Amino acid sequence: MAQRTVIPFGPQHPVLPEPIQLKLTLKDEIVEEALPHIGYVHRGVEKAAERMDYTQNVFLVERICGICSFIHALCYCQGLERLMGLEVPRRAAYLRVIWSELHRLQSHHLWLGLYADAFGFESLFMEFWRSREMLMDIFEKTAGSRVIISACCIGGVRRDISDQHLQETLETLKTLEAAFDKSSEVMLNDYTVKKRTVGKGVLQADKAIMLGAAGPVLRASGVEQDARQTGFAAYDELRVEPVVETAGDCYARAKVRIREVRQSLDLVRRAIAGLPDTDIAVRPKGRPNGRTISRVEQPRGELLYFLAANGSQKLERLRVRTPTFANVAPLVHMLPGSELADVPVIVLSIDPCISCTER
Amino acid sequence: MGLIDIARSKSPWILHFDAGACNGCDIEILACLTPVYDVERFGIINIGNPKHADVLLVTGTVNKRSARVLRNLYDQMPDPKAVVAIGACALSGGVFHECYNVLGGVDSVLPVDVYVPGCAPKPEAIIEGVVMALGKMQEREHARKRGAA
Repeated sequence: MAQRTVIPFGPQHPVLPEPIQLKLTLKDEIVEEALPHIGYVHRGVEKAAERMDYTQNVFLVERICGICSFIHALCYCQGLERLMGLEVPRRAAYLRVIWSELHRLQSHHLWLGLYADAFGFESLFMEFWRSREMLMDIFEKTAGSRVIISACCIGGVRRDISDQHLQETLETLKTLEAAFDKSSEVMLNDYTVKKRTVGKGVLQADKAIMLGAAGPVLRASGVEQDARQTGFAAYDELRVEPVVETAGDCYARAKVRIREVRQSLDLVRRAIAGLPDTDIAVRPKGRPNGRTISRVEQPRGELLYFLAANGSQKLERLRVRTPTFANVAPLVHMLPGSELADVPVIVLSIDPCISCTER
Repeated sequence: MGLIDIARSKSPWILHFDAGACNGCDIEILACLTPVYDVERFGIINIGNPKHADVLLVTGTVNKRSARVLRNLYDQMPDPKAVVAIGACALSGGVFHECYNVLGGVDSVLPVDVYVPGCAPKPEAIIEGVVMALGKMQEREHARKRGAA
């Protein structure tokens, strides 16, 4: 006779680096219902942003997420620049693209590693993370820190990258690509990996749109959408074609990210080749006034900031909408009908970033 | 030093819990385990089960909801055990110290043995923190044995 059990998945679980809890109702080994419980890493960043100076907030929003910190700062600065009518110098826009794409590269490497670990392929996890250290070295060399690089500021970027460091970056990326060729080959073509990922956690295109999925999860279901197409920073000159797969399963989501790694490598190279020789920042004058929305593409999907200012030193309201929050609803839809053993793989396939989600 | 003491100091198993971090410190802890730093060669293993762990690594600020989970994990760990707080947030609350949902650093809930500062601390610093925690754990154990004898 079929037996119903409720299993708490998390908040502390070996495959999850961050705390989120899913209450799984099982019928034998099959998931019937998944209920997410969040709030373990809620800090209250949005409220704190109202209390701090608008220039101090750059450091606060960077610490919403340690994996894509630069992109959070970029989104915030971009919104404020629009409110204050600042024109960012072209070199700064290009440097922003370079650092954003490097962050995307490291985030996807991180995810590919954790994902491999989720289905028990530990040596593949180690391979991806070995490559990732090359990117961390680039961050340390160009910005002075490994994780939170604080390179973005209102009106441009805080520091320039010297020609020598640009050359070294290109050299490192060459080594990285060679290593990535080998490890991504395993991720895409290995028999056991395919057994664990093909056809698991399927999300159809219409459901993906209806549930508001974002980023690679949306694109793996065949929907062509990428916030980089809006042409922020220097993406108006460095055109980006969205990477689209149609199957909508875990395998397709991994494939989208693997192809995005190649796209990012290409973007960094093109940005370095076309780097203009101008100033790197303009000085902000006056105080922000008005309301605006700022959109950028994070490794996990579209990030959206709403800023309301009233001409004082402090913001009236800062609202952050992160891609992982958008992807929790599709996740809850994907889980029913899958086996308990596949739950870690499916959960990881949306690339959950809980600290973004809960702020 | 008995056999168990030797084993513990040569092969400490760590348990990692994110009590409200931005992820930065968490990925640096994971980076310690990967080929460039490779703490496994010293016998350090990241384990998911608190009942098998010797050292608890805590990252991030403690909030009202995670405090209970953190306390539970600590209580489930067998003695002797040590707690290492990693990153500015775990030390004092860091940039989030004034947020409404933040109780403060890890020491507002648990006794902390080693504080590793930085935002985020480098993997080398984290490894050093674990090594220092082992020393403290051993000292405590010796003092307890002397007291018993």
